[in-house]
Amino acid sequence: MIDINQKISISPAYRFQWEEAQQCYVLLYPEGMIQLNFSAGEILKYCAIPEQSVATLLQSLQQAFPEIVDIRSDVFAFLEVAHKNGWITLTE
Amino acid sequence: MAGLPSPNKPLWLLAELTYACPLQCPYCSNPLDFAQQKTELDTEAWLKVLREARALGATQLGFSGGEPTTRPDLEILIAEARKMGYYTNLITSGVGLKPERIAAFKAAGLDHIQVSFQASSAELNDYLAGTAAFEHKQAIAREVKKQGYPMVLCFVLHRQNTDNIAEILDLAEELGADYVELATTQYYGWALVNRDQLLPTREQLQRAEPIAHAYQEKFKGKMKIYYVVPDYYEGRPKACMNGWGNIFLTIAPDGTALPCHSARELPNLTFPNVQEHSLKWIWEESPAFQHFRGDEWMKEPCRTCPEKAKDFGGCRCQAYLLTGDATNADPVCSLSPHHETIVAAINQANPDLPSKALIFRNPKNSKQFSKI
Ligand code: SF4
Ligand code: SF4
Repeated sequence: MIDINQKISISPAYRFQWEEAQQCYVLLYPEGMIQLNFSAGEILKYCAIPEQSVATLLQSLQQAFPEIVDIRSDVFAFLEVAHKNGWITLTE
Repeated sequence: MAGLPSPNKPLWLLAELTYACPLQCPYCSNPLDFAQQKTELDTEAWLKVLREARALGATQLGFSGGEPTTRPDLEILIAEARKMGYYTNLITSGVGLKPERIAAFKAAGLDHIQVSFQASSAELNDYLAGTAAFEHKQAIAREVKKQGYPMVLCFVLHRQNTDNIAEILDLAEELGADYVELATTQYYGWALVNRDQLLPTREQLQRAEPIAHAYQEKFKGKMKIYYVVPDYYEGRPKACMNGWGNIFLTIAPDGTALPCHSARELPNLTFPNVQEHSLKWIWEESPAFQHFRGDEWMKEPCRTCPEKAKDFGGCRCQAYLLTGDATNADPVCSLSPHHETIVAAINQANPDLPSKALIFRNPKNSKQFSKI
C-alpha cells in the first residue's frame, strides 16, 4: 500500500523524458519505451522532482489541476499501477 | 505514392557500425558477402545520421555490428547520442572488451549493455563462436553489472542449444541479468545456409517451452525473460519489424538505410545511402521505404485476410527467400500456398539425417559466397 508520507521517485531502471517529436513523456528502459498519456506524464513529472513525498506530490497536482475535484483517487490508482510495474520507487 | 498513410516515426535506430567481428556465429544476421563490404561511415557521418534520426523522432539507439566495440570512436558516438537525448544501447559479444572501456562508455553516458552468449557451456559456446570466448564473456557480464548498468543477456536459440534452456537461464541469473532474450534464430543469410543444422525439432520446442515459462514465473520481478516460439512452428508469421518502414530504421556500416537488417537480400529495391540523401527523405519519401508500407502491395491470401493488420503478411525477406517473390505471404503462415516449403524444411532438419558441417561466418567463407 502507498502511504502519503513515503518519498517517491522514478525508479533508476527507467529514464523519464519529454519527447518533442512524439509530443508526450516517455519512460525508457533497455531496448524499450513506454509512451505515457497526458495524466500519467503529468504525475510522473512531479515524481521526477527529487526528495518529494506522496503528500507533496498530491498537493502540487491538485494545485496544477484545480478543476479536478478528487484528484487523490486518480493519482493513487495510477501510482499503484506504476509501482507494480516498477516505474516508481517508494521509500520511507 | 498517393493513398499511403503518412509514415510513423523511426523510433528505433539500429546503427550497424561495422561488419568487423572476432566471432563466427553460424546464424549471424550480417550479409553473406560482408567481407566484400569494407566501407564504413566515419565519425562525422555517423553523427549526422544520429542528429537527423533524432529530429525524426528516434529515441532508442542500438550500436551493433559486427562487433561495435571494434570502432575506436564508439565513446564519441555514445557521448553525442546521449546529449541528443537518445537511450543508448550497446549490443556486443563482449569479446575484446576490457573493464576500462566499459567504464569509459559509462562516463560517456551509455545507458545499457546487451551481451550476447552462444550457449551455457564453454565447449558449445566456443564451438559456435568459432573462438574461445566463454570465460571472457562471463567476466565481462559481471563487470557490466558491477559498473551499475542494466544488462540484457541475449542467447540465440537453435537446435544445438535449445535443450540447454534451463542451464542458460541459470547462467543468466547467476550473472545478474536484468533481462534475458531467448532469441529465435531467423533464417536469413548465414542461418538459412545452416538451417538444416540449426532448426530445432518440434520435440525440442515442446520440451523447452514449459521450462521457459516456469523460469519466467520463478524469476518474476527479478529477471525478465523474453521467449517466443520460432515462427516455423507457429503457423502464423511474426509482425516483422512491426511493419515495413514503420518504427525501425537500420543503417548499415556503409551508410545504406534499411527497413530491417536483412532487407538488402531483396531484389529490385535500391536502398538509399545516408551520404547521398537526408534521412528525412529516406524515411518519408524514398521508394524503397514506401515499397511495402500499407497493404496495396499484398497478394492473396493476405490482401483479404482479417489478420493482415496484425502481422502485415509477415516477413518480406522470408517470403522472397523461400518463395521467390517478396509480395507473397510469409510462407510460415499456414494459409500461404507455399507453406509446404516450411513443412519440408522442418522434415529436412531431422537430426537423424546425416548432418552437414556448419558453415561459420568468417571472411574466408564470405568470399566464397561473393563468388557465386
Ligand atoms: S552474430 Fe556472432 S559473428 Fe555475427 S556479428 Fe554477432 S557476434 Fe559477430
Ligand atoms: S494470410 Fe497473410 S495476413 Fe493472413 S495470417 Fe497469413 S501471412 Fe498474415
